Amino acid sequence: MGMAESESNLEFRPNPDQLLQKINQEAEKEKRGSLKIFFGACAGVGKTFAMLNAAHSLLSKSQQSQAVDVIVGIVETHGRAGTAAQLLGLTVLPLKTFHYRERELKEFDLDAALARKPDLILVDELAHSNVEGSRHPKRWQDVEELLAAGIDVFTTLNVQHLESLNDIVGQITGIRVTETLPDKVFDDADEVTLVDLPADELLQRLQDGKVYQSQQAERASKSFFRKGNLIALREMALRRTADRVDSQMREYRSNSSIQQVWQAKDRLLVCVGPSVEAERLVRVAARLAQSLKSDWLAVYVETPKLQRLSNSARDTILKTLKLAETLGAETATLSGTKVASVVLTYARSRNVSKLVVGKSTRSAFTRLILPGVIDDLTNQATDIDIHVVSREKTLGEKDAQILEKQQDIRRNGPHADYQNHAHHASSLKGYYWAAAVCAGTSILVALILPYFELANVVMVFLLGVILISSKFGRGPGIFSSFISVASFDFFFVSPKFSFSVSDTQYILTFGVMFVVALVVSNLTANLRYQAVVAMRREKRSRALYDLGKSLASSLTAEHIIEISTHHLTGIFQSKIAILLPDSHEKITQPISNSRDDNALRNDLGVDLGIAQWVYDNQQQAGYGTNTLPSSAILYIPLQAPMRTRGVLAIMPNHEEGLVAHSKRMIFLPEQRQLLDTFASQIAIAIERVHYVDIAQNALVSMESERLRNSVLSAISHDLNTPLTTIVATAGLLKQQLNSPLSNNLTDHKKQEDERSEYIDMLYEQSIRMKNLVVNLLDMARLQSGKVKLNKQWQTLEEVVGTALRTMKQPLAKHHIVIDLTNTSTGDLPLIQFDAVLIDRVLCNLLDNAAKYASEGSKIIISARTTQQDVLVSISDDGPGLPGNLENQMFEKFTRGEKESAKAGVGLGLSICKAIIEAHGGKIGARNKLTTNENDHSKTHITGAIFTFSLPLGTPPSLPAEDVL
Amino acid sequence: MANYLANIVLIEDEQQIRRFVTAALEIENFQVFSAETGKQGLIEIGTRKPDAVILDLGLPDIDGLEVIRDVRTWSNIPIIVLSARTQETEKVAALDAGADDFLSKPFGTPELLARVRAQLRRRSMLSEASNEGVYAFGDISIDLSKRLVSKAGLAVHLTPIEFRLFTELVKNAGRVVTQRQLLKEVWGPAYVDNEHYLRIYMSHLRQKLENDPAQPEHLITEIGVGFRFI
Repeated sequence: MGMAESESNLEFRPNPDQLLQKINQEAEKEKRGSLKIFFGACAGVGKTFAMLNAAHSLLSKSQQSQAVDVIVGIVETHGRAGTAAQLLGLTVLPLKTFHYRERELKEFDLDAALARKPDLILVDELAHSNVEGSRHPKRWQDVEELLAAGIDVFTTLNVQHLESLNDIVGQITGIRVTETLPDKVFDDADEVTLVDLPADELLQRLQDGKVYQSQQAERASKSFFRKGNLIALREMALRRTADRVDSQMREYRSNSSIQQVWQAKDRLLVCVGPSVEAERLVRVAARLAQSLKSDWLAVYVETPKLQRLSNSARDTILKTLKLAETLGAETATLSGTKVASVVLTYARSRNVSKLVVGKSTRSAFTRLILPGVIDDLTNQATDIDIHVVSREKTLGEKDAQILEKQQDIRRNGPHADYQNHAHHASSLKGYYWAAAVCAGTSILVALILPYFELANVVMVFLLGVILISSKFGRGPGIFSSFISVASFDFFFVSPKFSFSVSDTQYILTFGVMFVVALVVSNLTANLRYQAVVAMRREKRSRALYDLGKSLASSLTAEHIIEISTHHLTGIFQSKIAILLPDSHEKITQPISNSRDDNALRNDLGVDLGIAQWVYDNQQQAGYGTNTLPSSAILYIPLQAPMRTRGVLAIMPNHEEGLVAHSKRMIFLPEQRQLLDTFASQIAIAIERVHYVDIAQNALVSMESERLRNSVLSAISHDLNTPLTTIVATAGLLKQQLNSPLSNNLTDHKKQEDERSEYIDMLYEQSIRMKNLVVNLLDMARLQSGKVKLNKQWQTLEEVVGTALRTMKQPLAKHHIVIDLTNTSTGDLPLIQFDAVLIDRVLCNLLDNAAKYASEGSKIIISARTTQQDVLVSISDDGPGLPGNLENQMFEKFTRGEKESAKAGVGLGLSICKAIIEAHGGKIGARNKLTTNENDHSKTHITGAIFTFSLPLGTPPSLPAEDVL
Repeated sequence: MANYLANIVLIEDEQQIRRFVTAALEIENFQVFSAETGKQGLIEIGTRKPDAVILDLGLPDIDGLEVIRDVRTWSNIPIIVLSARTQETEKVAALDAGADDFLSKPFGTPELLARVRAQLRRRSMLSEASNEGVYAFGDISIDLSKRLVSKAGLAVHLTPIEFRLFTELVKNAGRVVTQRQLLKEVWGPAYVDNEHYLRIYMSHLRQKLENDPAQPEHLITEIGVGFRFI
């Protein structure tokens, strides 16, 4: 029982993803403004009037509670007095003036509206096309942006402008409206109010001149405002509204009873071909999908035959796919030789439940011999419904547009679209070759005829046909079979030199040759196509792989940009720029690229405004899109998992003759997919680099934090020790001064001595602190990178002298030995170094030696030259280096003994290291080992040797001096 | 009042430093006139006619260099400059402007007193010796008119340039002379950037005149600034 229960739970448990999507949608809706459409059958029914009326009533209602900011974005009164009167009392946003071909055009000012951010804005004529040069080509896109900004919108719409009804309206009225609105916008509207007016009343209003000014009315009524039209349009408007209400009700129901929401949805797939019919097919599929409330896909299968289509035909396909996209479909381009199997494989992978295909034009007879695509589909699709759509001529019957056939549909012809436009791409060359081969064969046959049977000789002709078919395809193949049969008949079959055939058996020869030519050429063409497809696919994946590999190794955003630009320029034959935002989220000009600069920065002329819009809205814009299509550049947002990282700008090559090719390289569906993939790869790479930076910064700050802590503890110890002594000694002195001086001479002397001792201590500790501060300042200076070496040619002797002079005090109790004479030449050469800094090094090393070596011990300063360097060593007789610290000694804040009483934060050696390395030298330390006197195999440490090197260089010459 | 060894003007804006310098000098029986600003200092120098000036380079009103230049237009009184340790270029600029010696902060009072005494001594010594042109430093003696240099009674042979360089140092004994000044005086204005000349000839001089050239007692290098002969 428990199990049964859990099973049933499982069945109705909402899919978490879907639930999340639903929540997200709702959250989105809350942020967005709401859209109310005043919907009518045609112009003049009073939509604008109703809209203004609604605005007024809202205003008057709101005045009691709280003020609502209502403005009129754009309202076209068409000179109607009633409508104009309604505008009174409403704030009207000034229109923006566009200069287009020396004309001034007024248009809705989107930016002003966004800037003002009212609670409600009235925007008339949702399907209106904007003036060229506006941000969006269509007004509904402006409205989308307003809604996204959280502004409520009232708008108006006529039924004939709905995209999916566009063709039907065209058939009814005879006028095809170019301004269309995607159904999705209508369906997604929060509210649709139908403004209805019976046909007769509308005609009456028209005659009264209430709709148009009088002369216009005459013309309008004749063509468009016929009563029949008006009734039909009204019916459509009513129906469409009813559909909406119906689906609303269904949605409401499904919302209240959770179970039904999760029911499996239908998914539609429509096959698109190159014929003009395809557009209608897509519209039908869109309507079907809408009525089924299902997702839908539009696919185009590129077969070898379709590969040979002209560019214009292929562009038509792209346009059809684009239309499908605007109608809400997901589009894809597939390639393969067998349409049916490719479509079905794709359909199954996407869980498609219904296939929509066009009806065939081919006769039942042809289909019997060569089964078409639909036959293949019906045979193979055991799990998918197939809908066959009728052809244009049946369109008169309005209600019978879709012939829904279930899967046991009668065998039907292949999809008509695939039959048309099958051009042969083979050039004339093939035909010349066919003729030449046939002539050659004829001569050869004439030569060998005496020795072979006529039936065998035919084989030679057949060979020629096969060769031509395989090499040049079907056309030349068939041509070859024709002329082969003809010449065979003419030259070799009796009666010779005539086409009459005495023997009927040669009919068979002809037939076989013909069929062989067809079969071979088809096979070859398929093979070649598959090779081409495979090659292209390989090329694409190679391009992806190459870019991915290069991007993986790049460590900076600049590098990524350089790599991407380089790759994409080649693949898309276009100009590329990658725009990144600055720290204020503002898109900046592309970084100048030294390698490809002439192609990119200079000519591209990127519009930063568009790029910014793309970056902010995460939508593509510019050339070939719905937003600012008049731009010559396509802008693609670089969307990474976390956020948008920048904008990719791509411009087709404008060089003569390359434009069309370049455009195709970008806008062919598979290339577009490739481009999108590239964009996301680049985005991910940029994001990766971004996070690497963050991680690195975190590491650096962690490291510096650690360092800061060790500095603080070291400094606090080293500063506190002398400070404590100073404070305490000063206190002692004061105490002694306050106490009366002893009269006893010995005590008096003792007191004096004590006092002098305290003063010495004060002095000593102050010097210790001074040295520490000097070292800290030096380190800070060296670390800040502001130290510029003041290198001069000088003698080592001199700087050793100054260092010894400076260190006189600490070294007073040590025995100093100086050995600066070069063994071979006597004198050390001049060396180039910064005397002040090398003086610091020597002082630090000497101080170190003085600190660790016991009093009275020897400190040796020696130097010798090697091939490239001068090596300077300072050795002492101290305890040597602590075993485990040899390598760390020169790091900051390391000291031989932790918390030792000996002063110095261990900064000294790291300062030395920094200085020596700045001079291009090295510094190191080792223990001085002495062999044991008793046991020669054993050594013991007898001190430390610090050695640094300075590069020798070539000292400048000195002019010879005239001896006095 | 007549018992004062000398009058000294101290120009220093830091009150603490002014106080301990004054105290140290007064213990040694110098009379000190202190000034907080450069302008005030110039007035003090003009009115008090001191025997030496101690000048801090970082003053609130005018640059210490300007004070030096101003004083040098009318007086040769010794000027000792106080400056931060790392500012070698500042020291060189002050010395080139006419200062006689410098002290790096932080400094001890014994060091300061030694410098002041050295400057005062230098004045009297030069005025005494100028008549005969004969000087003695430890076991080194020099007779400028006879162009003779001897060490511990033995004549030392110097090349012409070595002699010119040594003369220049002797004339400025007790002062810090910058590399630039020496190069200009000995080799000529075109050679002011050939520091290595100076290095080599100084090294020669040390080898000829010093007991231990690596630890010189008379030909002292002031690192990054210049030389001092004492």
